[in-house]
Amino acid sequence: MKEFFEDVASVTLFVWRTFREALSPKFEFREFFYQCYQVGNKSLPLIAVTGFIMGLVLTIQSRPVLLQFGAETMLPNMVATSLIREMGPVITALICAGKIGSGMGAELGSMKVSEQIDAMEISSVNPMRYLIVTRVFAAILMLPLLVLFADALGILGCWLGLNIKGDINFVLFFSQAFGRLEFMDFLPAVVKSFFFGGVIGFVGCYKGFHAGRGTESVGIAANSAVVMASLLVIVVDVIAVQITDMLI
Amino acid sequence: MTKAESTQTALEQTQAVIEVRDLKISFGDQPVLNGLNLDLYEGENLVVLGKSGSGKSVLIKCIVQLLQADSGSIKVFGKEMNNIGKKDLEELRKDIGFLFQSGALYDSMTVRQNLEFPLRRIRKELDEKQIEAKVQEVLANVGLPDTADKMPSQLSGGMKKRIGLARTIIVDPKILLYDEPTTGLDPITSDEISQLMNAVKKQYKTSSIIITHDIACVKTVADRIIMINDGILFKEGTYHDFTTSKDPFISSYFN
Repeated sequence: MKEFFEDVASVTLFVWRTFREALSPKFEFREFFYQCYQVGNKSLPLIAVTGFIMGLVLTIQSRPVLLQFGAETMLPNMVATSLIREMGPVITALICAGKIGSGMGAELGSMKVSEQIDAMEISSVNPMRYLIVTRVFAAILMLPLLVLFADALGILGCWLGLNIKGDINFVLFFSQAFGRLEFMDFLPAVVKSFFFGGVIGFVGCYKGFHAGRGTESVGIAANSAVVMASLLVIVVDVIAVQITDMLI
Repeated sequence: MTKAESTQTALEQTQAVIEVRDLKISFGDQPVLNGLNLDLYEGENLVVLGKSGSGKSVLIKCIVQLLQADSGSIKVFGKEMNNIGKKDLEELRKDIGFLFQSGALYDSMTVRQNLEFPLRRIRKELDEKQIEAKVQEVLANVGLPDTADKMPSQLSGGMKKRIGLARTIIVDPKILLYDEPTTGLDPITSDEISQLMNAVKKQYKTSSIIITHDIACVKTVADRIIMINDGILFKEGTYHDFTTSKDPFISSYFN
């Protein structure tokens, strides 16, 4: 129990220090943009493939059920709503928890083991500002963009899925998919994507920054970053859904 | 007065840049330093010897505040380190270079970026031309002028230590702390590094604490030696004092 409260205090302090350093006038813009590139661009192919397949599979699986009710025309809107409100953000966040979270955990963990973080500190560079703030805020900024990208490709996958056994032109598909979508379908999803990014960034950085001194701890940091970030993404999603439900 | 004694007297007449008094630190129930005292005088190379786990690396990490001592006093240029403010610590660290055992080069950066990293942050007054000139100067000084665009993974162990040293001296520190600079290197490369440490001392007029187990390195670089045992200062003297000592612990260490 004592360890649990120590961990909670340590994480709280870490989050507090990150925000405090982020507000410092010496923001490391160059490193921040580099991390945005690392988080965003390098995750793009994986997110693209997953997003597209998500839309395609959802369409192929749902079509027979809707056909039974003669509601095939509802399919584009159903898939678009599912993707935008829930599946896009959550699946993208889970993939990023694996790719970005583990990457941050392993990179910072190995920097800790090889004393690179100590070397940085002695060079009068604040490692929290240079390493943590830039990575966390890159994840917070890039995740919603990745989610929107996954949504777009998922909807494209849906259109392809419908054309495998049917024939629907893109303009008609587009109007069916987005005709009944409202601003409030997008907003909660985008907002919770920022939180997903924060969770992934904070967990990955915390686990790496607090890795032990041995090489084994690098693997442990990467592994626990993925597990913890994935779990917290689901927890944040549950909370976000409840809040959205109350507000709408 | 012997030559060793006159060297000792001459050093003590110069100013102490680091003063450590009654330094104590423990990890859990395990005491590591148990009331250590030492002085580093201006312009000297002080070698710290001791068994593995005797707290040598802990000592220099306490000096730069990477570790916080449980009690005792550490003064660097007369400033007490144990209750120093964050900004003062950042300022003071600009005058202290630390060469890590592994070199601690940043893996994701080229050699040039590794060298520029502290320079751009500590010597903000320099323009691009001056930064490039400084990079080329330190690379030439460590004997690796053609490595600027290499990644650390492309360098050998000895080259990494040289680049680590180049990164340390590029900001012109007044104090250098070496953590086992020749560990894991062959005798020829070890000797090259030891000679390089002497050259750095001469050219940059640094005062240094050198943690090492390498007796050949001790012979080459030491102006004065201290030995730590059981967390306290066990013996202090010159290389000659240690090699002629009849103490079984010291003689077993040197033989």
